Amino acid sequence: MTDHGQENAQRFADAGRPAIIRIEAVNKWFDDFHVLKDIDLTVGAGEKVVVCGPSGSGKSTLIRCINRLESHEQGLIEVDGIELTDDNKRISEIRSEVGMVFQQFNLFPHLTVLENCTLGPIRARGLSKTDARALAMEFLEKVRIPEQADKYPSQLSGGQQQRVAIARSLCMRPKIMLFDEPTSALDPEMINEVLDVMTELAESGMTMLCVTHEMGFARRVADTMVFMDHGEIVEMASPETFFSTPKSDRCKDFLEKILHH
Amino acid sequence: MVRGSKKPRFGILDVIVLAAAIAAVAYVTYRVDSVLVYTWDWSAIPGYLFRYDEDLGHWVPNLLIKGLITTIRISIWALIVASIMGTILGVMRTSQRLLPRLIGWAYVEFIRNIPPVPFLFLFYFFISSQIIPLLNIGSALDQASPATLGVVEFLFGPANLIENFLSGLISLSMMSAAYIAEIVRAGILAVPKGQYEAGSSIGLSKLAIMRYIVLPQAIQRVVPPIAGQFITLIKDSSLVALISIQELSFLAMEIAISEQRFFEVWLFTGLMYFTICYACALAFGRLEKRMGRHLR
Ligand SMILES: Nc1ncnc2c1ncn2[C@@H]1O[C@H](COP(=O)(O)OP(=O)(O)OP(=O)(O)O)[C@@H](O)[C@H]1O
Ligand SMILES: [Mg+2]
Repeated sequence: MTDHGQENAQRFADAGRPAIIRIEAVNKWFDDFHVLKDIDLTVGAGEKVVVCGPSGSGKSTLIRCINRLESHEQGLIEVDGIELTDDNKRISEIRSEVGMVFQQFNLFPHLTVLENCTLGPIRARGLSKTDARALAMEFLEKVRIPEQADKYPSQLSGGQQQRVAIARSLCMRPKIMLFDEPTSALDPEMINEVLDVMTELAESGMTMLCVTHEMGFARRVADTMVFMDHGEIVEMASPETFFSTPKSDRCKDFLEKILHH
Repeated sequence: MVRGSKKPRFGILDVIVLAAAIAAVAYVTYRVDSVLVYTWDWSAIPGYLFRYDEDLGHWVPNLLIKGLITTIRISIWALIVASIMGTILGVMRTSQRLLPRLIGWAYVEFIRNIPPVPFLFLFYFFISSQIIPLLNIGSALDQASPATLGVVEFLFGPANLIENFLSGLISLSMMSAAYIAEIVRAGILAVPKGQYEAGSSIGLSKLAIMRYIVLPQAIQRVVPPIAGQFITLIKDSSLVALISIQELSFLAMEIAISEQRFFEVWLFTGLMYFTICYACALAFGRLEKRMGRHLR
């Protein structure tokens, strides 16, 4: 077992939560490029994991493997007891349990905010239009933009669009939420409105995996910090340990850069 | 790019172009009038639009109007059939699986690289001799009630010409579908990858992603080239005159020959085509403004 594998097992045993995501000895290549190297990561139900690391270190690839937007070549990924394989039926089962929020929002530009939110519930869950609408309005209220329901995404600010994207995912009532740099494409004044929504979501007990460089948010919300570099998990620790006494030089350098700029 | 004021500006170049155009028209008119010594006679045309039916006791459409109606009918049907076929083929061409992609590719290249005239003759021969008889339309219509017959005639034209009409319709649709397929394919490829990923991540199947997310956006993006293709289709419908489909051009040809009034008949026919095509262009212009305004 790798160092971080032992760390992972230890940390997980200490936390005493039932596992909801199990990633064991996962390797992935893009052609010759070894993008994920022996990744071990277990996430407990309700746990908040923040993943950080330099650009190109494989953070996006890792979380995209969890809902099979990318496929891994070696190792095991299990989500809520279902192993990820090429079986399409399992993949769609898992995808409806796992919500994902993208850096570029990826809202459907031809649909209104409300339709963006109801599409999944109607077409993937088989809800009636009325039920889907009620559900969507409930979550649009949670992200504080019910009044924008009939607008099109292009009529909203970036922060509003990202909140719609969060509501759209929540409408599938997922057990796990993945965030891939949800605030990186936003103007600074809009970052907080999105982080606030994410913080509330965390407080509601959602299992969350966030790739983000918002370290204030990470300190407040994370149970576990993961630092990746060159396709490896270099460090895995509670935020207190992670920020005060990072073990590796790579992690120290990274934190240095990101905290003092 | 900086846009100037909305007011159209009229410069020296425009004056030259306009003068040249007027001169050209004047010259052609002069040649026709005084050199060809052509005497215009439009008097035959109205009689071919409508004629008074003694037996029925009222006015009925005559050849030119009948031809126009057939042209409109065949164009609308071909538009519908070609759009459906073209969309399916366009989706096939972007498929991740090899077989559909190969079929779509072969179809498009086959049609695009054969000129319409040989294609029409080949397919007309094949369709009218092999496929149409299989449908057994003649005997089906013989047994139909008058009400059904009425509906069928409204949709497809006179019962005795239905087989002829269908042959033309299928040939025309098959040709146009190849071009629409290419446009749809380009539209699909222009939809960003993130849209597929967002669709997958809310648990939609591949089919649902195509139907509710990708195709609507692809089609909104390609309204202008599709409009152009539809107008081409209407104009190309005149080609089916070659295989004796009794539409506007076919009947105009007969009239021009029997009346010996080529200029008048063809000018008038051209004007009829222009009217339909231009009306379509205007309608699509409006549609274009309404659709796609939310796409970034
Ligand atoms: N589809 C792909 N094909 C080939 N290489 C890819 C592909 N996707 C990502 N990569 C490469 O894999 C590496 C890791 O990419 P990834 O997007 O996971 O990094 P990241 O940690 O999320 O970086 P960033 O902070 O820039 O988002 C990068 O070097 C990238 O160029
Ligand atoms: Mg990334």
